[in-house]
Amino acid sequence: MSQAQDQALLVVDDLHVHFNVGRESLLPWSPPRLLKAVSGVSFTLRAGETLGIVGESGCGKSSLARALIGLNPVTAGSVKLAGRELAGLPASQWRPLRSEMQMIFQDPLSSLNPRMTIGEIIAEPLRTLQPSLSRVDVKHELDRVMARVGLLPNVINRYPHEFSGGQCQRVGIARALIVRPKLIICDEPVSALDVSIQAQVINLLVDLQKDEGLALIFIAHDLAVVRHISDRVMVMYLGKVMESAPADELFSRPQHPYTQALLSAVPIPDPQRQRSRVIQILEGDLPSPISPPSGCVFRTRCPQAFADCATDVPELREAECGGAHRLACRRH
Amino acid sequence: MSLLDVRQLNVRFATPDGTVAAVNDLSFALNPGESLGIVGESGSGKSQTAFALMGLLAKNGTASGMVDYGGVNLLALDEAELNRRRGVEITMIYQDPMTSLNPYLTIGEQLMEVLRFHKHMDKSAAFAESLRMLDAVKIAESTRRMSMYPHEFSGGMRQRVVIAMALLCRPKLLIADEPTTALDVTVQAQILQLLQDLRRDFQTAIIMITHDLGVVAGICDRVLVMYAGRMMEEGAAQDIFAQPSHPYTRGLLQAVPCLDASHGEQYLATIPGNPPNVLALPPGCPFAPRCVERFDACLRPAPLQRFAVDRQRACHRTTTELGVVA
Amino acid sequence: MITPRVPLLPPLPGLDEDLGLALQGRGLWTDARRRFLRNRAAVASLFVLGLIVLLCVAGSALSPNIFDEPDFAAMHAPPSLAGQHWFGTDNLGRDLFVRTLLGGRISLMVGALGATVAVLIGTLYGATAGFVGGKTDSVMMRFLEILASFPVMFLVILLMTFFGRELWLIFVAIGAVSWLDMARIVRGQTLSLKRKEFVEVAQVCGVSSFGIIRRHIVPNALGIVAVYATLLVPSMILFESFLSYLGLGVQEPMTSWGALLEQGAKSLEAAPWELAFPAGFLVTTLFCFNFIGDGLRDALDPKDR
Repeated sequence: MSQAQDQALLVVDDLHVHFNVGRESLLPWSPPRLLKAVSGVSFTLRAGETLGIVGESGCGKSSLARALIGLNPVTAGSVKLAGRELAGLPASQWRPLRSEMQMIFQDPLSSLNPRMTIGEIIAEPLRTLQPSLSRVDVKHELDRVMARVGLLPNVINRYPHEFSGGQCQRVGIARALIVRPKLIICDEPVSALDVSIQAQVINLLVDLQKDEGLALIFIAHDLAVVRHISDRVMVMYLGKVMESAPADELFSRPQHPYTQALLSAVPIPDPQRQRSRVIQILEGDLPSPISPPSGCVFRTRCPQAFADCATDVPELREAECGGAHRLACRRH
Repeated sequence: MSLLDVRQLNVRFATPDGTVAAVNDLSFALNPGESLGIVGESGSGKSQTAFALMGLLAKNGTASGMVDYGGVNLLALDEAELNRRRGVEITMIYQDPMTSLNPYLTIGEQLMEVLRFHKHMDKSAAFAESLRMLDAVKIAESTRRMSMYPHEFSGGMRQRVVIAMALLCRPKLLIADEPTTALDVTVQAQILQLLQDLRRDFQTAIIMITHDLGVVAGICDRVLVMYAGRMMEEGAAQDIFAQPSHPYTRGLLQAVPCLDASHGEQYLATIPGNPPNVLALPPGCPFAPRCVERFDACLRPAPLQRFAVDRQRACHRTTTELGVVA
Repeated sequence: MITPRVPLLPPLPGLDEDLGLALQGRGLWTDARRRFLRNRAAVASLFVLGLIVLLCVAGSALSPNIFDEPDFAAMHAPPSLAGQHWFGTDNLGRDLFVRTLLGGRISLMVGALGATVAVLIGTLYGATAGFVGGKTDSVMMRFLEILASFPVMFLVILLMTFFGRELWLIFVAIGAVSWLDMARIVRGQTLSLKRKEFVEVAQVCGVSSFGIIRRHIVPNALGIVAVYATLLVPSMILFESFLSYLGLGVQEPMTSWGALLEQGAKSLEAAPWELAFPAGFLVTTLFCFNFIGDGLRDALDPKDR
C-alpha cells in the first residue's frame, strides 16, 4: 500500500468543477444555475504512467484537465501533486509547481503567440520560471529540447504562421518539455493534425515518455489513438467516470454500455469489416449538463437501462472481472 | 451513362505569393446512385474540387476543364443557369452545419423556403413535404421542431436538418464536405447510417470528401486519393483498402492507429516529412519528398495509368515492385 | 514485426528536400509592410500626406508674408502665382497661403494629439479593464460610459465661459473624447485575446499578469490600434473644424482649417478662393488618412478583407 502511495504522482479525489451560468430566474436572489462540468472524479496517476481520458464533447474531460493545471477553479475535492495540495492554491504558490506540470493544447497554431519567434516561444517558460538562468544556459536548453522534438536549429528565428500544424505542435511540446516537468497534460494534442502527421506526433510522445519517465494525461476523442498510447483509460460521460481499466482490458472487454456503444461507433478503415459489423447506434443527444438525468446520467440513452437506473446513482467500483477494472453501472 | 463526368479539372488561385495550383488535371466519373470518397489531407485540393463543381470557388480562384453533368458543362454555365441546378439537382453539405442555416429563421421557414423557391409549392404542400423530410432524417417531434431556431438544436441535429434541406428537392448528387468531422463518434455513426439509408431510399449519388479513412470504408463504393492537388490513385473501396497501389495510400493506411491493435505495439508507422507546401511543389511527383519508394524517375511527373479493371494510379514504381496483386 | 520508427527515405539527388523551408522567414509586421506597400492608394496617400505635413511645418518660410499682418493694398485679392499672394488674401488682406499652412499646423496638431492620447490612455485603460475583468472591468467601463454620455459640446461651452477662449481648451476637449472609443475597442480585443490558447499557455507557464499584457496582449492588439488611430486623426481634425466653425475654436489672429472654412463660407460669393484653398487641404488630408487607415487594415489582417 505504502509502495503505491510513494509512486503516486498525482492523486485526484472526488474532484468537482462547477460553473455559474446565470440564475434560475431574473430575480437577483434566485439560486444560481450550476453547470456541473466535472462531478466526483477520482484517480491516481503514477510516475511515468499514461492515463487516457475519453468521452464525447461535453463530457467534462477538458474541464477536468484545465482544473488540474489551475486554469479552472476547483469547486470541491482535492488534487495532490507529489503530496502537495493544489486545489485552492493562490496564484503565487502555484508558480514553483509550474515546472512540474505542463500542458499541450489542441490547436497547435493558436497556442503559439503569432508575434513571437519560435525561439522566444519555447524559451518563455524557462525565462519565467528560472529568471536567474543565463542567456547561454537558456540557449543550451533551447537547443536540447528542439533537437529532442525534431525541430531544426535554424527555425529559431521564424514565426509560427510559417509552419504546418505538425511542426507547431512540436513547438508546443518543446515548450512544455523545456522546464523538465514530471507530468504533461495533453488536451486533444493530435486531433487537429493530418493523419500522416498525427502518427509522427504520437510516436514522439511515446518516445519522450519512455526516455524522460514522463507521466502523461492524454485526453482525446479518438479511441484508437488513446488505446495506442495509454496504460490506463478512463471513460467519462456528463462529468462522471463511467469505466476505468487498463487499456487492453478496456478495449477488449468493455463492460459499461456506454463504452460498448462508443467502441462500436468508431469506424474501422477496412470496408469488409466495417460493413459487416453491427454498429450499436446511440439514440438521442447528450442531455444538458445543467440539468443532468437523475440516477445514472447515461440512463436516457442506455440500451440496457431499467427502472432502478433512474433512482440510484451507480458508484464507481471494482468490476466482477476483477483486476484494476472499475465501472459505474447497475447492470453489473 | 454516368451522372457526372469530370475531365481535366484544374483549379488555380491567384495569391499575392504567386499562383497556387489547387487541383491539377483531375478526371473522374460518377454513376447515378454511386458513392465516391475523395480522400486527402490538408492541401490536397479535395475541398476545392467540390467547390469548383458547385461553382463556389473564392473570388481569386478559377476552374478550367470540363464538368459534364447531363450533357452540360457546369463550368461554362452562367450564374442563373447554375442556380437552377445548384440546390436542386446538386446539393452540398458542409462540415459546419451553421454555414447553410440562417440563425434568424426557424427550421420550418428555411426548409419551406427551399421548396417554395425551387419547386414553387404552396405553403401547405411545402409544410407537409418538409415535415416528411424531417421524419426521413429521423428527427423526433418534427412538427414542434419546425418552429424552432437552429441554435436550439445540437450539432448532430443541425447536421440532420442540413441533410434534410439538401435532400428536399430530391437531388441526383449530394456533395458532402467533411460532414462528420465536427461531430462526436456516436453522432458520426448516426449520421453515416442516415446517409447510407437515404442513399438507398432516394437513389442519390454521394461524393464524400473526408480525411477519415474509416468513414470512407463504411460508406463509399469507390475511393479517389488526392495529394497536393493530384490524383494518386483511384478504384473500388475494397481494392484500395486491401491492396493500396500507391506508397502514399499505403502510408496513410498504416499511419492510422488501429482500435484492436494491442497496446504492446509501441510505434505507429509514419509518413516522414511535412504536408506539401502548395506554393513550392517539387518537380515531378508531389509526394516524392516524403516517399519511401522514390527513385530517379520520381523527379518527372508520374502519369496516371489504368492497371486493372476500374483502377488507376500515378506512380513510377510498378505494381509488381510494390507487391500489389491486381 | 518490427515497424521502423522513422522510415528512411532513399536519397534522390536533384530534389530540394527543404522545399517547405525554402521560403525566407518573415515576421507578421514585415508581411504587413509588404502588403501595405503593394496598396497603391495607401502609398500615394502616405506620400501626399507627407508633402502636406512638410508644407505646414516649413512652408511658410517660402512666403515673405506673415500670418497676422494685413496687406491693405490687397484685400480680397484673388490668387496669383505672379504676385505676392499665391492663394490670395482674406477680407483683412492677410495672406491666405501662410494662413492655410498655419491652420494646417493647428489642425494636424489636434489630430496628432487626439491619436496619441487615444493610443496611450485608451490602450492601457482598455487592456487593463479587459484583462483584469470582473468588478474592476465593470467599474472602469461604467466610468467610461459616464464620460462618453457627457455632452462634449456642453463641456466645451462651459470651459469657454469659465476660462475664456483659449487654444489649450480645444486640446483638453479633444483629449477627453478621443480615447473613449479606443478603450472600448482595445477592451474587446483583449477579451477575445484572453481566451486564445497562447494566453492560457502563458498562464500555465507562470507568466505574471503584467507580462501577459505586455508580451501577449498588447503586441497582438497593436494592429487594430494602429488602424483605429489613423482613422481617428481625421475625425479629430473634423471635430476641431466643427468647433471652430461654430466660433468655439481657435481665436483670431490664430487660425485653423475649420476657422478658415468659417470665414471662407461667409465670403463665398465675393472670394471663393478663401473657401477653396483651406477646404482643398482639409479634404485632401482627410482622404489621405482614410486611405492609409484602409491600407493598414488590409495589411494587418488580410483575412478580414
